[in-house]
Amino acid sequence: MDTMLKPAPTDALPAPVPRRRNGKRASPAVRVLIYVLLVAAAAGVLLPFYWMVVSSLKTDNDVVTVPVKWLPHSVVWHNYLDIWRKSQMTTWLENTLILSFAVTALQLFTGSFAAYGFAKVRFPGRDLLFIVYVGTIAVPWQSYMIPQFILMSHLRLSNTLWSIIALQAFGALGVFLMKQYYESIPEELSEAARIDGMSEYGIYRRIMLPLSAPALASLALLTFVNTWNDYLGPLIYLRSPNLRTIQLGLSTFISQYNTEYALIMTGSVLSVLPIAVIFLLGQRYFVEGIATTGLKG
Amino acid sequence: MATTIEAPARPTRPARRRRSRRVWRNTAVGWSFLLPNFIGFAVLTLAPVLVLFYLAFTDWNVFGVARWTGMANFRRLIHDQSFWTALENTLYYTALHIPLTLGAALGLALLLNRRLRGVAFFRTVAFFPYITSIVAAAQVWNMLFSPQYGPIDAVLRPLGIAHPPGWTVSTTWSMPAVILVGTWREMGYYMLIFLAGLQTIPAQLYEAARVDGANAWQRFRAVTVPSLRPTTFFVTVMLTIGSFKVFDLILLLTNGGPGQSTLVLSQYIYQTGFQENHFGYASAISVVLFVLCFVATIVQFHVNKRRSV
Repeated sequence: MDTMLKPAPTDALPAPVPRRRNGKRASPAVRVLIYVLLVAAAAGVLLPFYWMVVSSLKTDNDVVTVPVKWLPHSVVWHNYLDIWRKSQMTTWLENTLILSFAVTALQLFTGSFAAYGFAKVRFPGRDLLFIVYVGTIAVPWQSYMIPQFILMSHLRLSNTLWSIIALQAFGALGVFLMKQYYESIPEELSEAARIDGMSEYGIYRRIMLPLSAPALASLALLTFVNTWNDYLGPLIYLRSPNLRTIQLGLSTFISQYNTEYALIMTGSVLSVLPIAVIFLLGQRYFVEGIATTGLKG
Repeated sequence: MATTIEAPARPTRPARRRRSRRVWRNTAVGWSFLLPNFIGFAVLTLAPVLVLFYLAFTDWNVFGVARWTGMANFRRLIHDQSFWTALENTLYYTALHIPLTLGAALGLALLLNRRLRGVAFFRTVAFFPYITSIVAAAQVWNMLFSPQYGPIDAVLRPLGIAHPPGWTVSTTWSMPAVILVGTWREMGYYMLIFLAGLQTIPAQLYEAARVDGANAWQRFRAVTVPSLRPTTFFVTVMLTIGSFKVFDLILLLTNGGPGQSTLVLSQYIYQTGFQENHFGYASAISVVLFVLCFVATIVQFHVNKRRSV
C-alpha cells in the first residue's frame, strides 16, 4: 500500500514548516475547541476510575453520603489490608495467574505454529480451512457455550482449571494475528533458508519466531489481559470456591458483602491494577495488535 | 508461494511424480503445523457448533437422554413471551449501541489523528475502559448510577433535572444505562481500529482536495469516508456481533432487570441452559442467536460489496 511513496517536490526545498499529515496547522481557536472536547471526554471516561480509587480510600458510610464527597474525608488505607483477611484474594490471584500464564503460553505456541502453516506452507485445502477459522470469529461463543459445556463435562474438564485453559488457548485470533504478520515477512528469507537445507520447522524456529517478536508480544499481552478479565468462562465452568479467579471471586464477594462499599471498591482496584500496569508498559503492542486484526478484517 | 516449483510446459512422468510427492509432503508438513491448534479448535469450537444444531431439536435436560423432538422447541419459542422480550431487548441494545459506539469511536479517532500535545495521553484514556475488568467496571457504574447516592444524578440535579432517571433500577432507563456503559467500554477499542484506518489514507488525497477548494467537511465526506470504508465495514460487523451477544455486561450491571427490561438473548440462553437445565430448549435459542449473527454478517458483506463496486 505504501508503494506509491513519491518524494513530494517541496521536500527538496528547505521547508520551514514541518510537513503534517493533515496539512495546514489548525487555528488556535480550533485547537482550543479540540482540547476542550478532549478534556471533557477524558473526564467522563475517567470518572468511574476516579470514583473507584477514591471510594476505596473512604469508609463505607462516606461512600454513600449525600451530597457526594468527591474527596475522602480522611484517607482510609486499612481497606487494603482488610480485603486480604476478609476474602480469598490470594487464592483468586493465584488461580488467575496460573490460568493467564498457561493460556498465554499455549496460545502463543499453537497460534504462531498454525499461522506458519497457513502463511508459509502451500497445500490443498489450506485456504478453505483458514476461512473456516476466520468464520468462527463471527460466531458468538454464547451460541455454542451449551454444547461446549456438555463436551467439557464429558471430558471431565469442567470444574477444573483445565477447562478455562482449553477454552482460551486455541482461539482463532492468535492464528489470524500471527498469519498477518508472517505474510509481511519477505518470502526470500525462508526461500534462502530452504536452499541452505533448513527444514520448515527450522525456518519457523530460527527465522520466523525471532522476526515476529513484536507480533508475539501483541498476542501475549492481548491473551493475558483477556484471560485475566474473563468472567463468563469461570462463571460457567468453575464451581468450587478454591478454583475461583479474581473476576469470579470479586463478583461473589460483591454479592456476599454488598454493603461494604469501600471494600468492594478496594477489591475492584486490585483486580484492575495489574492489568493497568501491564497495559501502560506494553501499550505499543496492544495498539499494534488491535490495528493488525482490524485492518485486514 | 512456499515451495511451489515452476511447472515445465509439458511435465514428464518422473517430474509429475516428483511434483505429487512434493504436494503430499507439503500437506503433511502443513498439517503438522496446524495440528496443535486445530485439535483444540476442532474439539472446542467446531464440534460444539455442529452439536448445537442437533441439540436444538431434542428435549435434553441434564439427566436422561436427548430425545429427538423435531421442531417442538421452535414451536415453543414462538409462544414464549420471555424469548420475544429477550429478542426485542437485544435488538434495542444493538440499534442504539452500534451508532453510538461507531460515532464516538470515529469522532475520537478524528480528534486524535493529529499532532497535538497530549494526544497519546487521550488515546490511552479512551482505550483504558476496554481492558478494565468487567466485574469492577459494572460494580462502579452501578454505584455511579445509584439514585440515592450516585454522583451522576447528583450532577444532573443542579443542572435543572429535578427527577433524574433511576437508571439501573428503572425499567425505562436500565437499557439506556447499559448501552451507555457498553459504549464507554468499547469505543476506545474501535477508535484504535479507526486510527489505524485513518493512517492508511495517503496525505496526497487531502492535498488534492484542498487544492480543489474543498472545506473540512467536504474533505471528510469526499476523502475520509470513502477511504475508511473497509475499516467502517469491519467495525460495523464486529459491533453487530458484539451487540447481539452482549451478556456479561448485562449480567453484572442489571442481571436482566428490573423485571425483564434488560433481559437479552445470551442471558436467556444462560438461564434456560445453566440455571434451569433445559439444554435442548436453550440450544434452540442459541440457534436463533447464531442465525441472527450469521445473517447480519452476510447482509453486511453484500451491502459492502455493492457499494464498493
